[in-house]
This record gives sequence, C-alpha cells and structure tokens, in this order.
Amino acid sequence: MILSPRARERLIGLASPVLLLLLWEGFARLGWIDQRFFPAPSSIIAALVHLSRSGELWANLSASLVRLFWGALLGGVPALALGLAMGLYRPVRAIVDPLVAATYPIPKSAILPLVLLVFGLGEASKVVMVALGVFYPMIINTTAGVLEIDRIYLDVGRNFGAGRWQTFRTIALPGAAPLIMAGMKLGAGLGLILIAIAEMIGAQSGIGYMIWNAWQLMAVDTMFVGLVVIALFGFLFTWALDELERWLLPWKARG
Amino acid sequence: MALPDLVPASAKITIAGLTKTFPTRSGPFVALDGISLDIERGSFCTIVGPSGCGKTTLLRILAGLETAGAGRAAIAVDDPTKPLNAMVFQGESIFPWMTVWNNAAYGLRMRGASRAHIQETVGHYLDRTGLLPFADRYPYQLSGGMKQRVAIARAFATDPEVLLMDEPFSALDEQNRTLLQEELLRIWDEDKKTVVFITHSVDEAVTLGDRIVVMTAHPGHIKSVVEVPFARPRGVLELRRDPAYGALVFRIWGDLRDEVDRARRQETESGE
Repeated sequence: MILSPRARERLIGLASPVLLLLLWEGFARLGWIDQRFFPAPSSIIAALVHLSRSGELWANLSASLVRLFWGALLGGVPALALGLAMGLYRPVRAIVDPLVAATYPIPKSAILPLVLLVFGLGEASKVVMVALGVFYPMIINTTAGVLEIDRIYLDVGRNFGAGRWQTFRTIALPGAAPLIMAGMKLGAGLGLILIAIAEMIGAQSGIGYMIWNAWQLMAVDTMFVGLVVIALFGFLFTWALDELERWLLPWKARG
Repeated sequence: MALPDLVPASAKITIAGLTKTFPTRSGPFVALDGISLDIERGSFCTIVGPSGCGKTTLLRILAGLETAGAGRAAIAVDDPTKPLNAMVFQGESIFPWMTVWNNAAYGLRMRGASRAHIQETVGHYLDRTGLLPFADRYPYQLSGGMKQRVAIARAFATDPEVLLMDEPFSALDEQNRTLLQEELLRIWDEDKKTVVFITHSVDEAVTLGDRIVVMTAHPGHIKSVVEVPFARPRGVLELRRDPAYGALVFRIWGDLRDEVDRARRQETESGE
C-alpha cells in the first residue's frame, strides 16, 4: 500500500503512543515494572470507568473546566486589548513592556502562595492562577503580532481615513490574528498546568485536587486517571483551537 | 499634510519650494530640495527619477503621510465631500485578510458610504478591472497583477480629488505591466482624474503621462518638465510603433542618464 507522506505521518503519530501503551501493559503483566507505581493501562482504564460511573470524575472535571473558562477570559481579554495597544502605540509599549518583561519570568507556581493570600482559598484564586498563565503568552504574542504587520498596511489605513478604532478592528486585530492564535494555544497549555497546580492546594474539587487526593490515599490508579484526563484535554484544546483558526483565518495560505 | 489652499484656477496641485529633510545618524538627509510644480486639473503627470531621488517622499507628502519640511504642497478642493487623495502603493498593499471585494470596498467603508453606494461602485470598478469573478477570493489566491488591480479599484472607488500612484507596476513582469497600463488608461479616460504617477521606467512615463517631470539624483529637485504630445485615448502598443515615441523616450533618457550615473556614484561612495 502506498501512502501519502501526510497519511504516513498520521499513522506513525497514532502508532507510537499505542505501541508505548502495549509495551507498558506487557511489562506490567510480566512484572518487569512495579505496578504500585506504574499500574497497567488496563487497570487505569478500569479506574477511569469506575470514576466516571460514580460521577466523581465529572464533578472534578467540570469544576476545573469552569475555572479554566473564567481564567482564560480574565487573562485573555485584557491581554488582547493591551497587546493591541502596545503594538500600535509606542508610549503604551514603553510603559507596559518593562513590566511584562520583569514579571513574565517569575514562575507562576511561585506566585500561588501570594495569590492564595490575596484571593483566599475559594474559586477566585484558581481563576486568577489560570488568568496569569493565559495573560503572558497572549500579551506577548499579540504585541509581536501587531508589530509584525507590514507598515504599508497602516499607511493604507491612514490614507483611506481609518480612525483609531477602525485601525484596531480592520488592521491590527486581523493582521495580528495568526500570532494571537499561537498565543491562545500556548495559553491553553499553561492554563492547564496552572489549574492542576492551583487545585492541589486548598481546593475541594477539580482534576488537580483529584490527583493530590489520590496521592494521599495511595490510589495510584486514580492519580493516573487525572494525568490522562489532563493530557486528553491538552490535546482537545489544541485541536479545537486549530479548527477555530482554520475558521477564523481563511485567508492564510495552507500548504 | 497637503492642506487645501488657494491655488490658481487651472492648477489642481500646487507645489511651491517644497523641501524635506530627514534626520539620520550622519546628519540631515535632504530628500527634496526646493520642488516647485503646478499640476493641471484633469492631467496625468508622471514623475521619473533615479532611485533614492525622493519621488516617493514627494508623493507621501501629497498623500498626507509625511509632513512638508519647508514650502508647501496643496491640493485644490473642488468637492469637499470627496477624499483629498487616494494612493496606490508600491508593492503589496491590499490586506491579505480581506477578500477582493472587501479590499476594494475598504476606502468607501472607512468613509461611511452607504451600502447601496458601495455595492454599485465596487461592482463597477471590479468589473472594469476584470476582477468581478474573483470578488470572494483572498489575496493569496491572486497573481501579482490581480493584486495591483485590486489596489487600483480600491483607490478609484473612493472617487478622490487626486489619485497618487507610487510605482504601482514596478513589481510586475513586462506583459502584465503593459496590460495594466492599458487598463489604467481606459479607466482613467472615464472621468479624467488628476493623477500623479511615479515610475522609474521612462517607457511607462511616456506611455501614460501628459507631462513628465524628470527629477535629479539626491538631493531631489526638478531637472526638466517635458510635455507629451500624443493624443488620447492611447493604445499602449500602437504608441510604441510611433517614431515620435522613440524620440521622446530617447530625449528623456538623455536627461535622466546623468542623474542615474550620479545616483550610482552616491551609492558606491556611501558604501552601500
């Protein structure tokens, strides 16, 4: 059978994780790896089924997703607006750029205690953590996206009498959109990382809580279920954002 | 900015003692040095000059994208409801994120034109440029010649007081360039707008213009102004068969040659 290079890549992409899982399963059954630390994939699936039947998985998952949603909104929208303004106006860039550059390298997980102190143990602190994760890649990418727009398009806008808001809407936003989308993808990944961390401390629900709780109970299967669910959602978000990009940016030539 | 101002009745554009200097690391760079020129209403004025002679700066000042240093450049306003100018830029200037139709409608939309007016005008100019069947395409699906047609349609659609064109065909191959020159002349013949057209091609300047302004190498000033005697409407190919065409091209080349040589020496001296 002759496959196109693309189909072959897809097949390999599918085969490699399957092969790894099969090896894992085999080694676990043969007793070559310690099942207390690395339970066989089949028993993880059994735990997944059990947790979803009991409703525990859904309760935790929906708690995490709601926090992710509000966090993405809280971090993404201001980042987008500020990023566009930074890209278009030098003074805004001069003011905000050093602040972003100075705070960006601080590990967000290191801010968690401060966030807990300020926002308490409730929902707010979790949402803020996600927002912090989404904010930085979004603002950095949006600014870069606007700066990357060829100057000629801004000249065209001026020449045809585009006002400030029209320049935002017809030139800066669509012109920066490809990099904004890349920022969203990065932000989604960081949001997932941070929600898991945030939920491990002082939360009573969420996937992160589920993993932490499983560790305390030595329910290693459940722990792996949590990890698998996070990985799955990482994959789902990327796929959904890719589709969104295809739909929002029909003008990008695709190879 | 090119402000409306008092100008003689026949002149649509008046440029008087226009000077423009840019600050650079190695001191001020004089781009334009005392340009004075009247451009008649409804005439097609072409400007040729060696690269770096400031012809684009001149056009950008007329377009209001650059300020005049000293002197003035004014466009006479005949109809205050019309935009003062519309520019066709050098290189790719249509928005990659808009369809052909939305690109051509851009100027009108920015001016808040009515839906019906946009529909009719954009339809007309896309039809005139042969782009109507491609109205829903995005620029990445178009050839270079089609993209410049969109830019021309966008500029004409706003019905400006004057049309400014900055080497709009310089990136095209010769066959496409000839086709677009013909199309431009045909559309221009409809209502004979005042046009300032910059080019580095003497052939193009003679083919399109009523008058040719030859500019010197840096610092840019006017070397000569040549009237083009050919009748309109002109056919681009027929024109080239006319012996008078060859003679005129030859004459302008004579004016231009020293300037091109000088421009080249300046480049080698500055080590570029």
